Amino acid sequence: MTQMLRPAAEWELQSMIAKLVTNRQTAEVVGNGALRNAGRAVDADVVVTTASLRGLTLYEPTELVMSARSGTPLADIEAELGLRDQMLPFEPIDMGPTTGSPEGALSIGGVFATNASGARRITGGSARDHLLGLRAVNGRAELFKSGGRVMKNVTGLDVARGLTGSWGTLAIITEVTFKVVPQPAATGTLVYTGLPDDLAVEVLTTALGTPFEVSGAAHIPRRMAARLKLVALADAGTALTLLRLENFPAAVSERQGKLQAALKVYGTPMLLDTAASRALWRELRSLSILPYSADTSLWRISCVPTKGPEIVASIQKSMKADAFYDWSGGLVWLEVPTAADAGSADVRRAVAVRGGYATLVRASPQVRATVEVFEPMKPEIERLTRGMKTAFDPAGILNRGRMYASI
Amino acid sequence: MSRVAMPEPDAGPLQRRSIIVDDLARLVGRGALIWDEDGRRAYETDALTAYRSMPLLVVLPRSTEDVSKILRYCYDNSLKVIPRGAGTSLCGGALPTEDAVVLCVSKMKRILDVDYANRTARVETGITNLAISGKVAEKGFFYAPDPSSQLACTLAGNLAMNSGGAHCLKYGVTTHNVLGLKMVLIDGAIVDIGGSCLDAPGYDLLSLAIGSEGQLGVITEATVRILRAAEGARPMMLGFDAPETAGACVAAIIGAGIIPVAIEYMDRPAIAVCEAYAGAGYPLDVEALLIVEVEGSDTEIASLLAQISEIARPFAPKSIEISADADQSARIWAGRKAAFGAIGRISDYYCMDGTIPLGALPHVLTRISEICGGYGLKVANIFHAGDGNLHPLILYDANDPDSNEKAEAAGADILKLCVEVGGCLTGEHGVGIEKRDLMSVQFSQTDLAVQMRMKSVFDPAWLLNAAKVFPLASSEPMRAAMRFEAPAAA
Repeated sequence: MTQMLRPAAEWELQSMIAKLVTNRQTAEVVGNGALRNAGRAVDADVVVTTASLRGLTLYEPTELVMSARSGTPLADIEAELGLRDQMLPFEPIDMGPTTGSPEGALSIGGVFATNASGARRITGGSARDHLLGLRAVNGRAELFKSGGRVMKNVTGLDVARGLTGSWGTLAIITEVTFKVVPQPAATGTLVYTGLPDDLAVEVLTTALGTPFEVSGAAHIPRRMAARLKLVALADAGTALTLLRLENFPAAVSERQGKLQAALKVYGTPMLLDTAASRALWRELRSLSILPYSADTSLWRISCVPTKGPEIVASIQKSMKADAFYDWSGGLVWLEVPTAADAGSADVRRAVAVRGGYATLVRASPQVRATVEVFEPMKPEIERLTRGMKTAFDPAGILNRGRMYASI
Repeated sequence: MSRVAMPEPDAGPLQRRSIIVDDLARLVGRGALIWDEDGRRAYETDALTAYRSMPLLVVLPRSTEDVSKILRYCYDNSLKVIPRGAGTSLCGGALPTEDAVVLCVSKMKRILDVDYANRTARVETGITNLAISGKVAEKGFFYAPDPSSQLACTLAGNLAMNSGGAHCLKYGVTTHNVLGLKMVLIDGAIVDIGGSCLDAPGYDLLSLAIGSEGQLGVITEATVRILRAAEGARPMMLGFDAPETAGACVAAIIGAGIIPVAIEYMDRPAIAVCEAYAGAGYPLDVEALLIVEVEGSDTEIASLLAQISEIARPFAPKSIEISADADQSARIWAGRKAAFGAIGRISDYYCMDGTIPLGALPHVLTRISEICGGYGLKVANIFHAGDGNLHPLILYDANDPDSNEKAEAAGADILKLCVEVGGCLTGEHGVGIEKRDLMSVQFSQTDLAVQMRMKSVFDPAWLLNAAKVFPLASSEPMRAAMRFEAPAAA
């Protein structure tokens, strides 16, 4: 079995990395292993886990800031925030369960290393947007910091945000500092039923063009909607188009009325109250409508919102594919039948023509080893990407191959 | 002021100036060049006017392709380049050097595409910040970052400095409002970073590029987010006897779960000057004034302002006044946004830009008074209180060299204080030359090395805005080594 290194302090991680450099050994970097089945698999000499780098180091509710060691479970962070009626602004999603890993294992380091943003991204911003600073150890065994604990900070290059989405290939994050926000007092959801995908996206983008601060804009076509745990919606037997409003109670009800009036031509929506709304969006956030299955592969497509339905329709011409649209159509979770290339050729062609990026989230290890998991890079981007890898990790020991072969 | 040292200019480019002018004229046309002394003088400084240096020449390209040709030429000939927008930098970010070509994008200001359904606009970066909002206002949209200089400053400069503004408490700063960039690297390569989607896979080059102060490349186009404006907005003013009470009130508002669009703070000297200028109705008998603005429908605004008044009550404000109408709202903001100009009418001032954790406010304000008092200088404080960004304006006499030196020394002491209490050197103005030598107060040599390696990836010959941002002693080995390795002059 591969040796597992479990540093409990930054200096310990530094000395472990230094030793790996000396011994010319490579390392797979994990938190609590929640994302081990997502992305490309890493074949490394040892595993380094941040699981023992754990605990909050700063929480100032009135300054909306928190710091935590990177291995702290996301669930612990959210529990602590909940005590003060606060939350993470970007509603992080956990790709663990849909890729066959246990639920609730995701660490806060993993959230930022993969920029795992949920539905609120459309108005609230992404994980990357709310990162204020971090500490990390790079492949040179150097401990460094970037950013800080204050909201506005343009001191030097923004290396901290530059590390979000790098999947542990540049440095091992040891501590993150991020912005938090108050939980909204009330939530309401408008549910339009029976709309085809293109019309649904029209509703969603129109709603986002109103002043009512829609904080969730998703569309679940009929077959996928039947999987919802929320019985009232699952049993509707129809496609569901969802618009979330969050604010003080009076403002939510006022905005519901105004938004409904602005969207009158699309019919009369069902209205979900705070409790039902929260249950629904929590369910969507957990990706439980995309349960792990060996019979299907899962793609995550980021595109211009109005192009989402076209991309899906184009792919559906060549295979049976089921979609779930978030971000008003700009994020498509696409389930396709298991195949040798997970439908890669068709998916990438459909996306390339219309602009966007496709990431293969779930597929067998063999498929993920042979098919490009992340969108292939253009030559100039690849040149800069390789340059960054060399700058942070010249010996190529950290999570080599996790995103792209040989990087 | 002349405490910040710049390296000796290279003699080579100065001797070859006429050849360089002819070469560039062949590449992009003589009309795009400014080489006469009077013309160049307009570019010898930026808004940090204490520092001046005549550039070798100025190029005003009209397209990304022109920028590519110019940079490639500079790369092949080891010529330093100073990227420039409108030259409103307060930190010397656009200060030229005698051996450098100023590449100014101000002629590239077209709006290329506005996509309301997807809420994006693609523009050339020479456009002014306010012109973007101006274009989309007819449909009720706006571009959120709103630096005080928004009438004049370019998007290019906003991208370089990751500019904020009074309303970024709710809407974020530049990096939160940009989805894609077209950047030209020093070797002429044109790179598309990000795009029109809400996220892009791979390393977050967008984050590195935004706020990079012209160190990595020249950004010629950007895809920015445009947002639908709120139904309405209204500010209220809360006056307090003591700075700490105002600070505690800000904490209480945020602690109650209300995030206003803006919370601005002014101290007594700033209030007096801004009131004389704008006639906004600021209370003159208070030590600290908060301008708190909320957004929404009329009923939402009324409800939020009532809640804030209630939260403020235990802090015994000396005055509470809700803006009566649109006219007063405009004057309240005009006074605040004109603060720098208004203070400039009574004295020369040196504007600082540190950020601090809100809890440290009382301590920091006391120390700022002591620091400035110690140098025999007066200070007015303006503060984006919601996000901790502090703008002490140190009043001094620009014609008195001694006063100059004291203002700079007081400024440095204040910034060190900001770092000491857990904040940073600059919240939105950037490092430039002004805070370059203070970077080692905030960052270790390793932290700086990590950043400088990023520059080397994008700009291996260290030709772009070199000798800024990073302390000269730290960057010297790279600048020296790279000079040696750079291709010989043509």
